[in-house]
Amino acid sequence: MPETKKDIINELQKNILAWQGFKSPVTGANELVGLGPVEAAFPNGIFPTGAIHEFLNEKPEHAAASGGFITGLLAPLMQQGRPCLWVGVSRTIFPPSLKVFGVEPHRIIFIDLKREKDVLWATEEALKCEGLAAVIAEVKEINLTASRRLQLAVEKSRVTGFILRNDIKKLSVTACIARWKITPLPSELEKGMPGVGFPRWDVELLKVRNGNPGKWKMEWSAGKFTSIIEPAAEKVLSHQRRKAG
Amino acid sequence: MHKRFITLWFHHLITDWQIIRKPALKEIPFVFAAPDHGRMMITSTHTEAEAQGITVGMRVADAKAIVYDLEVFDDKPGRNLKLLKGLGEWCIRYTPIIAIDAPDGLILDISGCAHLWGGEEAYLKEIVTRLQSKGYAVQAAMADTIGAAWAISRFGKTSPFVPNGEQATALLALPPIALRLEPAILSRLHKLGLYQISSFMGMPRSVLRRRFGEGLLLRLAQALGKEDEPIKPLQPIQPYEERLPCLEPIRTATAIEIAINRLLENICKRLQQEGKGVRMAVLKCYRIDGKILQVDIGTNRATHSIPHLFKLFELKIASIEPALGIELFILTASKVEDVPLLQEALWAGKPGLDDLAVVELLDRIAGKVGADKIHRYLPDEHYWPERSIKLAQSILEKPAITWRTDRPRPTQLLARPERIEVTAPIPDYPPMLFIYQSTRHPIKKADGPERIEREWWLEAGEHRDYYVVEDELGQRYWLFRSGHYTGDQSNQWFIHGFFA
Repeated sequence: MPETKKDIINELQKNILAWQGFKSPVTGANELVGLGPVEAAFPNGIFPTGAIHEFLNEKPEHAAASGGFITGLLAPLMQQGRPCLWVGVSRTIFPPSLKVFGVEPHRIIFIDLKREKDVLWATEEALKCEGLAAVIAEVKEINLTASRRLQLAVEKSRVTGFILRNDIKKLSVTACIARWKITPLPSELEKGMPGVGFPRWDVELLKVRNGNPGKWKMEWSAGKFTSIIEPAAEKVLSHQRRKAG
Repeated sequence: MHKRFITLWFHHLITDWQIIRKPALKEIPFVFAAPDHGRMMITSTHTEAEAQGITVGMRVADAKAIVYDLEVFDDKPGRNLKLLKGLGEWCIRYTPIIAIDAPDGLILDISGCAHLWGGEEAYLKEIVTRLQSKGYAVQAAMADTIGAAWAISRFGKTSPFVPNGEQATALLALPPIALRLEPAILSRLHKLGLYQISSFMGMPRSVLRRRFGEGLLLRLAQALGKEDEPIKPLQPIQPYEERLPCLEPIRTATAIEIAINRLLENICKRLQQEGKGVRMAVLKCYRIDGKILQVDIGTNRATHSIPHLFKLFELKIASIEPALGIELFILTASKVEDVPLLQEALWAGKPGLDDLAVVELLDRIAGKVGADKIHRYLPDEHYWPERSIKLAQSILEKPAITWRTDRPRPTQLLARPERIEVTAPIPDYPPMLFIYQSTRHPIKKADGPERIEREWWLEAGEHRDYYVVEDELGQRYWLFRSGHYTGDQSNQWFIHGFFA
């Protein structure tokens, strides 16, 4: 009897997902973005493409981290040859750096606008275009209505949208599928080696629709995301502290 | 109806064109020259230079020995044909059939045209004076055959008119060169003492053929009108333009949409037949109150797709203010290019930058916010960070070199490096801490320096020593010191970017 109840709940959950615009995964068609344990936080255990993701950036340092992280996600999305659009008002992303994250910078089209209103218009138009792999929009604020429009646009075209919010003081509810916060972490090198190591971030999933929010440590090395297991890092830290003490 | 021809001879075509462009040259002797077998040969002169004894075919060095301050311009092959084509198209106002007579003449078939201009004399005078007032020295002649008109325009001494059927008499006194003969035949005629056409015109044809070949006979027959001479008339391109007059003045957006659709249908039909597509188009709306409203669109790729072009215009309809009403619409495709023929794909092709959906999206964005807002970057061969990328000229341009990844480059680059306060222990060492926007950043890890020299052939200034640094929070920055370490100056450090 309890099993049937569980089955019913599972069935209902699946239905809810379908109604909310999630497509059930097709076996063999999994688009792996290589996020490892982070992907398990999403419904069905798959990073949702064809949805809107939101990234919060407090400082330019965070914007740089988010930029790197998103570019890392873009690489597998753009594999089929489709280009990508980057819309914003005051863009500071430096195209040559994207190559490190596996994206050909010349396949990204930048649209540098003057008004916030135009950014939302261009983003919506772009999200409707099936020839694109992804659209990245840098906006100051976005309200529920605007984000809902974007969500409706992607549901049809299956383009992935990334919204970078650089002003988090005016945080409002949005229809985005996930809310991320990427902050830089000190890089680790092999003991005794000088210099700066691979980019390392604190990946925080603040909100996931129908998923489980969480916090992970990720590193970008050898052209892919590597998750850093907490205890190991802890051990190294304590080791250092002991040495320092 | 019997034929009449005018030939025009522009004896200083290229130099006249140059004087029209630069009137100051009128008083100065100048020539055009082109390289030939390792030396510069004069290809065209003008009156001023000719008066000093400089002729076409002279070497520039020799000419300079005669006139030391001679100005020499480079000649471009094919320039005369381009000029003649332009002049020929202009002359279409006088007759519909015009041919280029390389290298420096035009042939006008004026059969049945002259009376419209008040007789042959007035007609010829009109053409010559109009061309002369433009600045071209021109000699013209009118005859029943091209050959006769050609001969009289170049070598005629008296009247430029050859009356009907009298080309034989007009040619009698002219030298054989007036028959457009080949140099070999000319020299043979000269050797035999035949200095005038009259001396050999009466000779039996068999004799002429044996001695001088078929060429002479043909030219003679053409000049006398016994043989037809085919010409290749210029075909001017009809402008891609459609008009839509309205019976009732139009005042609503829906009506404007219908009008645009109808115009596009007509223009796209023609474009499709000719395999062309629109790159730029202008819609002019003539309002009842005499004002003309204009909207223009541009596309990234030549297209003759009606829905796409309509979408581009649709974005602009709001800016058309009909006021009392619009009575006439004119749609002009101001820039037209060939459309590559597409084979219909059984499966959707490989997606990419030239995907139709993407190109159409960019057109729409360009139509609304302007094409200058859309950027795509390609790598450029410079180490200087600001110059290491260049804008792509077109959507299909591929990078000529690969993107470099051997040096660290920040994810975010400040448009302009910002000054920071630093504490650096010893010269050529990364700083211990820096203050940026009144926040202290103690540095834990650092890489560098990477010295990037300023490209002195482009701009002057100090070199930069770049360091990648990481502060205690793990935030990574790109700092540089401008120039060498000079001891007391601590204010020459800058922040230029943020790493991921």
